Amino acid sequence: MNWSWDHAAAVLPELLSAFLRVTLLVTIVSSIGAAVLGLVWAIVLREAPKVVAAIIFRILDIIRMTPIPLQLAAIWAFVITTDVEALTVGLIVYAVHYSTYMAESYRAGIESIRPGQWEAATALSMSKGRTWRAVIIPQALRATVPSLGNWAIAMFKDTPFLIMISVPEMVTAAEKYGGSTFSYDEPFILAGLIFLAASYPTAVLMRKLENRLATY
Amino acid sequence: MPPTDESLQPVPGAPALTFENVVKKFGDLTVLNDLNFEVERGQRVTLIGPSGSGKTTILRLVMTLESLTGGYIHVDGVPLTHVERGGKRVARRHKDVAQLTRRIGMVFQQFNLFPNMTVIENIIEAPVHVLGKSKEEARTRGKELLEQVGLGDKADQHPSRLSGGQQQRVAIARALAMDPEILLLDEVTSALDPELVGDVLQVLRDLAENTDITMLIVTHEMQFAQDVSDRVLMFDSGHIIEDAQPDVMFSNPTHERTKEFLRAVL
Repeated sequence: MNWSWDHAAAVLPELLSAFLRVTLLVTIVSSIGAAVLGLVWAIVLREAPKVVAAIIFRILDIIRMTPIPLQLAAIWAFVITTDVEALTVGLIVYAVHYSTYMAESYRAGIESIRPGQWEAATALSMSKGRTWRAVIIPQALRATVPSLGNWAIAMFKDTPFLIMISVPEMVTAAEKYGGSTFSYDEPFILAGLIFLAASYPTAVLMRKLENRLATY
Repeated sequence: MPPTDESLQPVPGAPALTFENVVKKFGDLTVLNDLNFEVERGQRVTLIGPSGSGKTTILRLVMTLESLTGGYIHVDGVPLTHVERGGKRVARRHKDVAQLTRRIGMVFQQFNLFPNMTVIENIIEAPVHVLGKSKEEARTRGKELLEQVGLGDKADQHPSRLSGGQQQRVAIARALAMDPEILLLDEVTSALDPELVGDVLQVLRDLAENTDITMLIVTHEMQFAQDVSDRVLMFDSGHIIEDAQPDVMFSNPTHERTKEFLRAVL
């Protein structure tokens, strides 16, 4: 390996800029989107009429079972003639894709709640909406948050696939720098370190949050 | 005013609860078959009988936790879940059922407090969000009820910090906060350690003495049943086989099956 501090110093600002403007942006915005959408799926799957729920269940399965680069390319092919930005497509595809995983986590969390909780809500004449908001969701979240955090980290590591729709995230920036200087070691090692530096604290934070949620 | 609203008004002089040809099946299993009985307003009625005889199912049907297979349950003379329209039995709108169940409260064997809320939050949740009371009003009343069940100092605790007996008393306070006309008590001491049973039963005895709430009780505590009930119904295989005042039921039952049952539990 040929490590050059000059190359490292030259590529680092580019990598950090791509990291902040794309990688981090997509991870944060799409994670929030996926967390909200996933909860919506989980509730709809329980509350919608059986036929509707069954159809949505199949659709979510299909989204979950196909790889994200393929989904990016497919959606991109659809909108390429319009003036929808590639980054927007990325944000939506990542949010929807991961919402299908998060929906499964929520579902497990919701199913872990004892039937007596629903019955107590009925006995108090609480509305469906209020039962979800005040009783079911807070308890389900407690069981779900740790795995939502894991999905967010998984999404973070999936962001290099944004190259499928030519969004210049960090790994693409590293590749580009290597291509023009023939020095691949520095950009890729630095990109790897940045990934680690961002995801490790997140994982620790999630564990802390998990412990906090575990105590009522 | 639409006619459905009018028909939710209590019928003067009607019993608190009327079971009319009630049928309940779970799949192929018939738990209740053509059950008929009434509970007058203010009456305390205890259901006794071997497990599996359908006692708990009756409470759950009144609370709409189970759906009726056939027949009707009337609350204050108003059909609860189904009405007869043009000779046909049709389900009521969910909204109307919810309106009627506000008159009914239930305390469960497993307490079923909301663990994500404090004790006082558990108590004021429904008064605030169902009855539309102000938070201050609900809180004041909630504190009073907690005093009444002997837990005035536990308002801001989470249920997980309380013993089973304390949790059950909170659950009683939570049900009372809705000012129910009818209170359903479903084996409320069965999940408690023996030394915690007394406090819960004392709260219920006080309640029976100082209020005119109609009570439908399922319990294995025969002494308690004898103390608070006006009437005891002996169930077997989904049928009422004996209906008597407690002193008669416990000292001089007529039915052989009742004698057998009481010998086993007393």
